[in-house]
Amino acid sequence: MRNILAIVERELRTYFISPVAYVVLTIFVFLSGLFFQTILSQVMQYAMMQAMQGAQMGRGGMAIDMPGIISRQFLQTMSVILLFMIPMITMALFSEEKRRGTIELLLTAPITDFQVIIGKFLGAVAFFVILLVTTWIPMAVLYIYGHPASGPIFSAYLGLFLYGLALLALGLFISTLTENQIVSAVISFGAIMVLWLVDVVAQRAEAGTKDVLTYLSILSHLDDFMKGVLSTSHIIFYLSLMGFALFLTYRSIDSLRWRG
Amino acid sequence: MITVENLTKRYAAKTAIEGVSFQVERGEVLGFLGPNGAGKTTTMRIVTGYMPATEGTVKVDGFDVFDQPLEVRRRIGYLPENPPLYTEMSVSGYLRFVAKIKGVANANLDGEVARVMDKVNITDVKDRIIAKLSKGYKQRVGIAQALLNDPPVLVLDEPTIGLDPKQIQEVRELIKELAGKHTMVLSTHILPEVEQTCNRVIIIDKGKIVAVDTPQNLRAQVQGADRISLEVEGPASEIVAKLRSVPGVAAVKTLQQNDGRTRFQVESQLKQDVRRELARTVIQNGWGLLELRASTMSLEDIFIKLTTAETETAASTEEMDGGDRPPLQG
Repeated sequence: MRNILAIVERELRTYFISPVAYVVLTIFVFLSGLFFQTILSQVMQYAMMQAMQGAQMGRGGMAIDMPGIISRQFLQTMSVILLFMIPMITMALFSEEKRRGTIELLLTAPITDFQVIIGKFLGAVAFFVILLVTTWIPMAVLYIYGHPASGPIFSAYLGLFLYGLALLALGLFISTLTENQIVSAVISFGAIMVLWLVDVVAQRAEAGTKDVLTYLSILSHLDDFMKGVLSTSHIIFYLSLMGFALFLTYRSIDSLRWRG
Repeated sequence: MITVENLTKRYAAKTAIEGVSFQVERGEVLGFLGPNGAGKTTTMRIVTGYMPATEGTVKVDGFDVFDQPLEVRRRIGYLPENPPLYTEMSVSGYLRFVAKIKGVANANLDGEVARVMDKVNITDVKDRIIAKLSKGYKQRVGIAQALLNDPPVLVLDEPTIGLDPKQIQEVRELIKELAGKHTMVLSTHILPEVEQTCNRVIIIDKGKIVAVDTPQNLRAQVQGADRISLEVEGPASEIVAKLRSVPGVAAVKTLQQNDGRTRFQVESQLKQDVRRELARTVIQNGWGLLELRASTMSLEDIFIKLTTAETETAASTEEMDGGDRPPLQG
């Protein structure tokens, strides 16, 4: 356990020694602020129109759950932005170790491959959690000026977290395949795009295929979380994707040993 | 301490090592010598548990490297060919990290890191970022890393590669100092290193062991004779005939000829000093003796002889004056 923690700590440190962490954090915080502002003004405009229509028709204004709509739209947008950030988080995990030869240190230290993989994975997850926490800067606005229902917000964050686990594990696996972080980032990005766009393909597919493709779509499983619905099937989807990717990582490291 | 039996590693396209067996006793320093690509690194990687062998077994302190890898890894300090450094970290930060993954208890962490830094003499750079250190310092940080948790076995892959002569000397001193306490396996393609630091040498070529012995015995075994380099002015064929008839001379070889001067290489039988007789023969025949020099065969010559057995005679012209040549590089 201690050696896993040592690896987690080193991973986190590495993010903050290199410019990667600062660039990713800055861009992410900037984009989340920008989108929050845009969504906020759109929803307000819509609410205003609704209120005016209501007045003209002689009815009282329809009650709109503004903080709820804003938070849902905002967190949905964040899930897409995170798609782009995750390859940046995972690209160097194993590829840099391979390029620098430090992999030889990790694989000859008295720790198991599993401990190395879990340590690196948790390091990436820790950074991802930091990203998620920064979205509380705009979210705080909702709490200051309104009373959003906390249930859906909690479930949305849980969904984003699980979704992060799955994609980070995928990126971790891809980083074992190459010595080049750029290649690792591009392949991860491609793989994530496929899991995202499979949704679009699904729309035009035939019934049977459609179900399969929709099931594979990484974002479709987030919808229920965003609505405040916790469903085991979605939780299992993300956790099994994570488990599968971690298993592939394990196999990949094992084959790395055999091939030298 | 280390028992390697019949080790074979095959890749898809080629066989890296084949049927390698050897033993290292406790406290011994074993030198692994061979040209680049001979299989030194592969052997070391298998011994340290970095990669599994295709066939054969490795036991360290009684533990099989395949069945009980963690027990083996706990007992080995390993310096790979490229020191595995996280160059963005500080020296002490890096060593603390390695100490933690090697399972040094929290209470001993600072003491253990301080101990190895002191041992390899890097305490003065402990807060520096590794990337900014000179190559010699980086190498020492690599060795310090291997020493953490005081493993009984040290495996050092090319510990002096890429260093300048002064740094090489320092690293060799360090190795000699460590030799008393640790069982060591070190690989190199630089021969003086082996002569200076090792109790026993394994010469490996194209994945197979070609010789195992002490540096002294190896020399005696291959050599069997002393060599004398001779430059004479006079009729070459006649000189060769006369020199051959000198008692104690085993062989005479013509190396080079120009302007009536000829360079010969004379091999004498074991422990016979024929220099006086050679000089007398030349002078008595009225030829000009321009140079006469004894040169013992260095390990390098032995090495070349062992690894290039067939082509030796053709390739060795002018390469025979031994001892003072620069080490084989590249």
